[in-house]
Amino acid sequence: MTTAIEMRAVEKKFGNVRIIQDLNLTVGKGERHAIIGPNGAGKSTTFNLISGHITPTSGEINLNGDPIAGLRPFEINRRGLSRSFQVTNVFAKMTVWENIRCAVLWATGHRYAFWKNVDSLPEVRRRTAEILEDIHLTERRDVPAGLLTYAEQRELEIGITIAGGANVIMLDEPTAGMSNTETERAVALIRRLTEGRTLVIVEHDMSVVFGLADRISVLVYGNIIASGTPEEIRGNPKVKEAYLGEEEH
Amino acid sequence: MTDVTSQAPSPAQSGPAQSLGFYAIWAVCILGVILLPLIFTSGGSHTTFSLIGIAIIFALSYNILLGQTGLLSFGHAVYYGLGGFLAVHGMNAIVAHELPVPLPFVPLIGGFAGLVFALVIGWVSTQRAGTVFAMISLGVGELVASSSLILRSFFGGEAGITTNRTDLPTIFGLSFGPQIQVYYLIAFWLVISAIGMYALTRTPLGRMCNAVRDNPERVQFIGYDPHVVRYLAFCFAGFFAGIAGALAAINFEIANAAYLGAVQSGVVLFAAFIGGVSYFFGPILGAIVVTMLQLELADITSVWQLYFGIIFIGIVMFAPGGIASLLMMHRPLLRAGTLPMVLPSYLIAIVPTLLFACGVILGIEVLGAYSQGSADSTTIRLFRIPFEAASPMTWLAAVVLTIGGFFVARMTWRGIAGAWDRAAMAARERGYLS
Repeated sequence: MTTAIEMRAVEKKFGNVRIIQDLNLTVGKGERHAIIGPNGAGKSTTFNLISGHITPTSGEINLNGDPIAGLRPFEINRRGLSRSFQVTNVFAKMTVWENIRCAVLWATGHRYAFWKNVDSLPEVRRRTAEILEDIHLTERRDVPAGLLTYAEQRELEIGITIAGGANVIMLDEPTAGMSNTETERAVALIRRLTEGRTLVIVEHDMSVVFGLADRISVLVYGNIIASGTPEEIRGNPKVKEAYLGEEEH
Repeated sequence: MTDVTSQAPSPAQSGPAQSLGFYAIWAVCILGVILLPLIFTSGGSHTTFSLIGIAIIFALSYNILLGQTGLLSFGHAVYYGLGGFLAVHGMNAIVAHELPVPLPFVPLIGGFAGLVFALVIGWVSTQRAGTVFAMISLGVGELVASSSLILRSFFGGEAGITTNRTDLPTIFGLSFGPQIQVYYLIAFWLVISAIGMYALTRTPLGRMCNAVRDNPERVQFIGYDPHVVRYLAFCFAGFFAGIAGALAAINFEIANAAYLGAVQSGVVLFAAFIGGVSYFFGPILGAIVVTMLQLELADITSVWQLYFGIIFIGIVMFAPGGIASLLMMHRPLLRAGTLPMVLPSYLIAIVPTLLFACGVILGIEVLGAYSQGSADSTTIRLFRIPFEAASPMTWLAAVVLTIGGFFVARMTWRGIAGAWDRAAMAARERGYLS
């Protein structure tokens, strides 16, 4: 099986504090991979390392077989990896339509063009409309993103992440703070939109994790202690002790 | 009141009716630019219009940075000034070498001068936004301003360097001696520049400038390098500032250190901010207001800069979106037809607010005359009414007007807030306000 993401012996220190130690993680192409672990285990740091938000102190990170450790976030994005953020991270003063359109521009090859009218690019317009339809925000297209409801902002966050057509999608707690019905809706959305792509997801809601993931990795104190199918993880004594045990009432 | 403005950027929907209105606004403005000097025919007003035209180009170029890309520059006059100096040198070279370049093309020299310096300086200074960018722009501004006094052969020291625009080859038989001809030269470049800068906001780069302004971090995760976006915006701003500087050089036939100093950088910031940076037309309004204030206020009062400062602080505190936002917040009410609900409260508020303003003005003028202290100048004239600055009655009047006016005015301002809430509620019910 070919791998989408491979982390080998990755270490990250902030000063003398070692946040991530000897992290090894493999995500296969087309896989839905969930990373779980208690608070402060380093899940978001792992996301930041892969997406180039922070650079590893040592170790190797490969995307589709190419080394990406040390590259800038936009370089990694251009190689086909796109991520969302745990705290909503949209373009607040721009409309929903413009938010999605900005996320489409690079992927459609318009780059830094200052000689084209952005409103008359049919490909951009079509893809933006498609994404808006996908995330159910067509009705809200002219509302500034900062005025959307929380759940709508989370959906826009996912929309921006997938709009560029990246083949590796990373979602950081996409359902955090959502009600049960909103969560169900979001999971269905994620399942549909990441069809045929690789998905890496950090999530606290265990029903989401076990419902969505093909494979699960458990991160504790900056170290992957187990990686396997949902059944394997459920039966793993180390995991039970470190993490799941606390959750089961 | 403020939540209603919602900082919405100008919506650019492309319905046929709206695009017709859009072209109509541009056509009316261009027509106005053409007709104004034919209505106001005095030489003085032609000079004023010329200065306003230059200020508009400069303020719009500044807003590529501040309003569009979120870059607060304290040194934008560098590119204006260098554009001006290069234009003067260019004009003198054209005359000396008898080059076949007529005057209307000279602004391009200034534009490319601004562009080249922005290309060089911008790469470093746009690495980061925010405080770092602001500090670098301030430093570069001081550096260039001080070198203008050191490198005398190029900048001409305190006196500056002069030129004569009428020595250049004529085109269409125009000598550009009379001010009206210079005005139309400026107006031509004003229209070209304004269209160019507006078009820039409608390109992929222009949209990404807004994205970088809103959230530079996220931009990196949709494939863009925010540094490159800021750099390109900076270069465009430098180019159009250079055009404005060259037009100023043509207008005054001189370029000197004042062109690229901190004062000039400050004035353009004022203009953009007072007009409103979140709308394309905001800096246009700001440039008009600030230029008029500079020209008119200085004739009326010796402490005109104080008023300038008060107006600026007032805008920052009470209308941070500038004049443009104040106007645009009425648009949904106008569309919903609920605007008449607020107008009476405005009319009621005008009287005490004006009395309050008169009190403040009287106070300032009395203090100004009193502290300047020459025996014969203690009589001041305000709206043609003479006041004796040394008389206690005048002081009393100022205090009563200021304090009394303020308290009454504040009550009427609350009336506006109440009327506004009702009008906004009605507009919301009719679906014109979210």
